[in-house]
Amino acid sequence: MAHRYIGKRLPQLDSFHKVTGIATFTHDLELPGMLYAKLVTSIYPHAKVSKVDASEALKVPGVVTIATGRDFPYRLGIYVGDRDVLAMDKVNWVGHPVAAVVAETLEAAEKAVDLVEVEYEPLEPVFDPLKALEPDAPLIHPKLGEYRRAPAFTPVPGTNIANRFVLKRGNVEKGFEESNVVIEKEFKLPFVSHAYLETQSTIAQYKMDGTVEVWTSAQSPFAVRYLMALSLGIPVGNITVNVPFVGGGFGGKAGLAWEPLTALLSKKAGYRPVKLELSRKEQFTSGAVRDGVYAKVKAGAKKDGRLMALKGRLIFDAGGYGDYTVNVSRAAGYSFGEVYDLPNVYCESLAVYTNKVPTTAMRGFGHPEAVWAVERTVEMVSSELGVDPLEIRLKNVVKPGVSVTVTGEKLRKDAGNPSDCLDAVAKAINWGGPVRKPGEPWRYIGKGISVFCKGPAQPPNAASSAIIKLNEDGTVDLMVGTGNFGQGTVTSLTQIVAEELGIPVEKVKFKFIRGTDSMAYTWQTVGSRGLYTDGNAVLEALEDVKKQIKEVASQVLRVKPEDLEIRDEKVYLKGRPWESIPLSELVMGYTYPNGNSIGGPIIGRGKYISPLNTYLDPETGQGIPTIFYTYGATGCIVEVDALTGKVRVLKAVQAFDLGKAINPLMVECQIDGGFIMGMSVALFEEITFDERGWVQNPNFSAYWVAHARDIPDEMMEISIENPQSDGPYGARGIGEVVMLGVPPAIANAVYHAIGVNINNMPMHPENIWKEIKKQKPELLEELKRKLMEIRELKVER
Amino acid sequence: MARNITLIVNGVKREVEIEDNELLLDVLREKLKVKSVKAACWRGECGACTILLNGEPVKSCIVLAAEADGSEITTVEGLIKDGELSPIQRAFIENGALQCGFCTPAFTLFCHYILSTRPDITEEELREELSGIICRCGTYKQIIRAVMQAKKHYKK
Ligand code: FES
Ligand code: FES
Repeated sequence: MAHRYIGKRLPQLDSFHKVTGIATFTHDLELPGMLYAKLVTSIYPHAKVSKVDASEALKVPGVVTIATGRDFPYRLGIYVGDRDVLAMDKVNWVGHPVAAVVAETLEAAEKAVDLVEVEYEPLEPVFDPLKALEPDAPLIHPKLGEYRRAPAFTPVPGTNIANRFVLKRGNVEKGFEESNVVIEKEFKLPFVSHAYLETQSTIAQYKMDGTVEVWTSAQSPFAVRYLMALSLGIPVGNITVNVPFVGGGFGGKAGLAWEPLTALLSKKAGYRPVKLELSRKEQFTSGAVRDGVYAKVKAGAKKDGRLMALKGRLIFDAGGYGDYTVNVSRAAGYSFGEVYDLPNVYCESLAVYTNKVPTTAMRGFGHPEAVWAVERTVEMVSSELGVDPLEIRLKNVVKPGVSVTVTGEKLRKDAGNPSDCLDAVAKAINWGGPVRKPGEPWRYIGKGISVFCKGPAQPPNAASSAIIKLNEDGTVDLMVGTGNFGQGTVTSLTQIVAEELGIPVEKVKFKFIRGTDSMAYTWQTVGSRGLYTDGNAVLEALEDVKKQIKEVASQVLRVKPEDLEIRDEKVYLKGRPWESIPLSELVMGYTYPNGNSIGGPIIGRGKYISPLNTYLDPETGQGIPTIFYTYGATGCIVEVDALTGKVRVLKAVQAFDLGKAINPLMVECQIDGGFIMGMSVALFEEITFDERGWVQNPNFSAYWVAHARDIPDEMMEISIENPQSDGPYGARGIGEVVMLGVPPAIANAVYHAIGVNINNMPMHPENIWKEIKKQKPELLEELKRKLMEIRELKVER
Repeated sequence: MARNITLIVNGVKREVEIEDNELLLDVLREKLKVKSVKAACWRGECGACTILLNGEPVKSCIVLAAEADGSEITTVEGLIKDGELSPIQRAFIENGALQCGFCTPAFTLFCHYILSTRPDITEEELREELSGIICRCGTYKQIIRAVMQAKKHYKK
């Protein structure tokens, strides 16, 4: 059947608000009587806080109150409660909030912050996660064993290990024995910033009656509410969390952030609303960033390229706290090599505390880190064996309906197909065909590919729901808890509603301020789950709505409900299109000519929970970790300037088996946005620390993110549509998978351009140049010769 | 020292008391409540605070309010004429040139300026010109497409 709205390129439903400036972010919000908070942060990476003296600071006119860690003895966190509200007795990184000033104006708060005297007793810090693993390393969380934790996590008390996860299938050692070639390599990824444009911003008011209202730049209002309730001991029903427009999240605004602190400050300041907004610098030094990783990967393969065994050790540098990173590292562990059909796989994945800025989820959730190591390894196996990189991938990727995943799950027939993605990408970059001749003799051009997949990382019982309310005029209120911060999920959901109810899409309304009091529950807006989980809840709610409408209409028309159909804002009798009732006459109840009425306001409800997910086996990591897999492949053509080490992507192609593109415009934006972010992380981004643990580049001059001039000349987006039978219209999620394959595809292309393997990110000019010098000094000799020739030519002329 | 200045914001004359060291960004956002002007770095690096000062784009976080006394200021609201969106705003919507929308007021306004002053700009020049504003969501390709599509409306 032809669709009216499914598959249509509709703009984001809040576009008008965004282009006119009326979209209001937490950044923009002010409440009557609002106060401003500012943080006093640690100047030591590891120290006991012996004294905080706020007496001078309190004298600043306009200062209302100053709080320290002892005022708020709570532990926060989503998977492991390893965070304090303000440092209780000890600081774990430079930037750790020690105290907070609340004042009538931001200026007064800023002034007072400088006058708060903190006395520290420095402790020995540890910055390198490998050193933090040594038996005599300083302990960053001595009370690790006492922290609240979710069932799937295993911190190791008495060490700096926040979580240890093991994936084990088959016998890797045997696999290596059976291999013709075995390679082992090391990889590094630095800390990176989400760099969402709107910094973290929260307003909270603790009210005298014990209720709390929060406005916050967060991804998941319900998770904020629940986690706040859990950690502060407030009933869930006493908390309201409102989320206005959000200026980017990328995982960094998942879970819980500054909401508890802001609420507690409000209480301490006499129940007035308090706003805390991080500066960009604070966002780099006090807010959480993406973990750094050290990885070691060993792979064995037969002569023909068949992978026999894959073994990995992933050390996630969690920084000062890792309440979310424990799950990031776990997800990297259970997804290690999961795009491949591997007879033998082993991965040990650790999250380790260090005295650096804390870490949290970021788009891709552990997968970009693991995919980098695996896809670089596979590329090196391919060059070692002389098997074409495309061929080795096609040979080894999982086949739907046939393969068993690394966690022991037999793939369903409708699981999506990585081979289709690889084929599409290879064709689009003319894989195997010639590359264009570079403009200058010191430039080299190469092509690279990668393949990967991701499913939502969520607890097995993560649920979603939807409420659909019909209004007097036949417009529809869609109430879902899923976030609307640029991904376009909600736009796609309104398309589903319009399609199913046969009404114009403009008639489906969604309120842009999402509140826990006004929206239906959804666990979180993370993991590319929204369209699938909330979409299924919406479909169920629509069935409910249709059933209610037909029930009333069937009485009016005196037919069976099955004989009715709903389209064009009317209810029709099948086969007799001249008999119909307008929806608007039914939605609030139908009234007969004599005034008798039946029915009543129509509200549909739907829900979704996965019946299939399981906890993973604690010894082997086997089980069903996720609800679907979105497969993808990235291909790119890059140009390397061997004189400067600069890499430029000329052409980018990505293909995803997303089942069904409900809105191809939103899909395009996700694919391109994901490529650009992945490229930015691959080529430019790295938070650097000096030897005292201070962040050296907490701003956008020194921490470069991709600008318009950096993007590829050509970008292509390919949707493969092998439907997922239980996805809405066959759809799977796409929000994160779009950046997974970009760094390795670029690195693989760099290898094919200049024959140099880059295993540490970012691939900025200095790193590339150093690697050329180390791995291929002859290239520089060749360049020297070329340059001489050019000069001679010029002299001759 | 406090003093009074006059700013003509989107055609409306507004008087405001400022301190000598106050930034134009803060005066616009905190005193005049023009919240479409965003801030994301507070030091001239992200471009989210871009406005037109007497018709020229500036980053309002690195301009002193005192310097702007008597100036005309245009923000994205000023692009709407008689309740109608400008062609560049419509093109942004149609082309998906926005995701989270935080950079959108700045980009829309800046692209309007570019098209008004250089309606023949090439794609390559445009990439350079746009490189003063960050879009972390990565909508650059769609922004470029929107500008190219809206071009025809700005040619004399
Ligand atoms: S806030 Fe002005 S350029 Fe960033
Ligand atoms: S749309 Fe989010 S920063 Fe540009």
